[in-house]
Amino acid sequence: MMDRMYISPAYEVVRDAARCTTCRLCEQQCANGVHAFDVRTGRMTADNGRCVNCHRCVCMCPTHALKIVRSDDVYPENANWDAQTVNEVYRQADSGGVLLSSMGNPKPQPIFWDRLLINASQVTNPSIDPLREPMETRLFLGKRTAKIERDKNGKLKNTLAPGLTLEVPILFSAMSYGSISYNAHACLARAAEELGTYYNTGEGGLHRDFYRYSRNTIVQVASGRFGVFKDYLGKAAAIEIKMGQGAKPGIGGHLPGMKLTADVSETRMIPQGTDAISPAPHHDIYSIEDLRQLVCSLKEATEYRKPVIVKVAAVHNAAAIASGIARSGADIIAIDGYRGGTGAAPTRIRDNVGIPIELALAQVDQRLRDEGIRDEVSLIAGGSIRSSADVVKAIALGADACYIGTAALLALGCHLCRSCHTGLCNWGIATQRPELVARLDPDVGSRRLVNLVTAWKREIQEMMGGMGINSIEALRGNRLMLRGVGLTDRELDILGVRYAGENM
Amino acid sequence: MRTIDAEGMDYAQLNAQVRSCEEEEICITRCIGQRYIGTGLSGRRIVVDGTPGNALGAYLDGATIRVNGNVQEATGDTMNAGVIAVAGSAGDATGYAMRGGRIFVEGNVGYRCGIHIKAYRENRPAIVIGGRAGSFLGEYQAGGTIIVLGLHTDGRPIVGNFCGTGMHGGEIFLRCEHVPPRLPAQVRAERIASLPAEAASLVQEWCAAFGRDARELLSSAYIRLTPDSNNPYRQMYIAN
Repeated sequence: MMDRMYISPAYEVVRDAARCTTCRLCEQQCANGVHAFDVRTGRMTADNGRCVNCHRCVCMCPTHALKIVRSDDVYPENANWDAQTVNEVYRQADSGGVLLSSMGNPKPQPIFWDRLLINASQVTNPSIDPLREPMETRLFLGKRTAKIERDKNGKLKNTLAPGLTLEVPILFSAMSYGSISYNAHACLARAAEELGTYYNTGEGGLHRDFYRYSRNTIVQVASGRFGVFKDYLGKAAAIEIKMGQGAKPGIGGHLPGMKLTADVSETRMIPQGTDAISPAPHHDIYSIEDLRQLVCSLKEATEYRKPVIVKVAAVHNAAAIASGIARSGADIIAIDGYRGGTGAAPTRIRDNVGIPIELALAQVDQRLRDEGIRDEVSLIAGGSIRSSADVVKAIALGADACYIGTAALLALGCHLCRSCHTGLCNWGIATQRPELVARLDPDVGSRRLVNLVTAWKREIQEMMGGMGINSIEALRGNRLMLRGVGLTDRELDILGVRYAGENM
Repeated sequence: MRTIDAEGMDYAQLNAQVRSCEEEEICITRCIGQRYIGTGLSGRRIVVDGTPGNALGAYLDGATIRVNGNVQEATGDTMNAGVIAVAGSAGDATGYAMRGGRIFVEGNVGYRCGIHIKAYRENRPAIVIGGRAGSFLGEYQAGGTIIVLGLHTDGRPIVGNFCGTGMHGGEIFLRCEHVPPRLPAQVRAERIASLPAEAASLVQEWCAAFGRDARELLSSAYIRLTPDSNNPYRQMYIAN
């Protein structure tokens, strides 16, 4: 019996010998050590077993001599036991370990965004041409519970709660320094500033170099409280309490000591090389009353000048949980669906725990409306928003704005190889190795992020114009702008959406 | 010194007065349950007569707080620097995730004291408890020092269950003869004849804060708890 089961490589590197000039750039670019130069034959070789299919070599090869294909090595065909499932059993039998994966759930479960269609005006209530007419994508996040009060001169008093102003209904979601690189954070911070939106530090603290982006920074407070101190809270436009994450609801985080470089340690405010463990729950929060206490202490610490966001994973009782959060004093609720990304999560949790954001969002919005507390909070939906159409659909289902994480990383070069947990990201994103981080140029990266969000904004404006809506806030919760296809009555009921072809 | 009478005062009002007070020394009298006193404060010395509410000294950043009475839950939450001395007992989740500074409690603490405290550079958080601690003391402890002196007289164990679960740094000293039962596997316990210098000076500080005699406390044997150096977490995972 074998001590360790041989698992054949999932991918094969195909090299066109006629094109390859043996410039060895692929070898230099691959931190996984796939490519090598064979001095004997004068040719390049590839160790397929090391390939994670990140496409760095394919993109960099000056003669386009490379492609990566799925291996056609097969196990006996079995619809119940697919190769991935079999290999996972082997890995666990070899190691006794919990399976660890990265990025969002890749399983072929239904994607409700793709079963929702957007309305457009025809003849009556004509569509609006966004090239000619003003089309407002600016919005505000926070409580809308201001009362009209006047001073003795009859002037309106400002009773507005602190909030966030976004020029576009898209924010960059929480990704910690440690899980992603310094340069990746630089890209996100700069792009957020240029776009008039916000990026989120995640739970790894805030590097002092980025204090200058404080007007566009959301800082996170998670169970480990890494890097949380007065200056950190002070250098934020808003504070997010992380109760949960869509990729791993109900469990904590663990940044292994090897990723705790000197710089990351400084930001997290823990010694270099130690494990950074975030307990699964906040052990001082076992109830909505306890949550309220953290919300209030953060507001006290920042003199009531900053909105507080509470982020939760989309789970079965999302609506009841959101109702509690709306009563906790929080200004904004962020709901993260089960397809949300992560730098590392147990595979079983990532792929099996939580519910789709579409269903959770629709239920949360409806519950808050039914209870008359929708104006107590704004809603941010995330996990996963893949395009401007997803943004429009999310807003029509009840979101005020959307978090994007995976899409932002794609803009920076990520090819979804889902190997973030190895710390060897060839694109300089999910790594702390200086030579890899240097590959991500903040000038280029921030420009690509600005390009992406600007393009989405134009598309959002065109879809709004088509619907005859000229302000993004008028689309919020406007579910009559959506119709479903290929959905059951039960699904339509939960989404609060009619079937395509049904009239108003 | 400025005196603030907290009788009938809302916490936000009280804390706004503390924040805006320009004097270094502040005395809060007739305190009854007001929360978040001294949040994030530095450069002040506050004396509280009465019973402050939850989250006293949260994110404290260098201020000194003395309480003549008991305190409630979450005292010194995410504290960064400073000293909180409680001439009484403290409730649950005392010193949650503190990174620096010192908390001295004359009496007992409730459940979940010192969870996830961590050291960083010159910041070495410390909690010294005069009596006993409830369950989950030092859970997920990542650094710093917790000392339990066991001066309580109610005959109950010096710590409750699950002391040091998930501990991966720092140390806990318990002034008792025997290793407490039901310690988690990743915690190593050893009997030491006397406290190391740094811990001993913390005990002296505790004694100075409450007018106690340090001699007996310093000549006692202690049980020292530290994380087992074979890191159990890293071995739990296999890349998939």
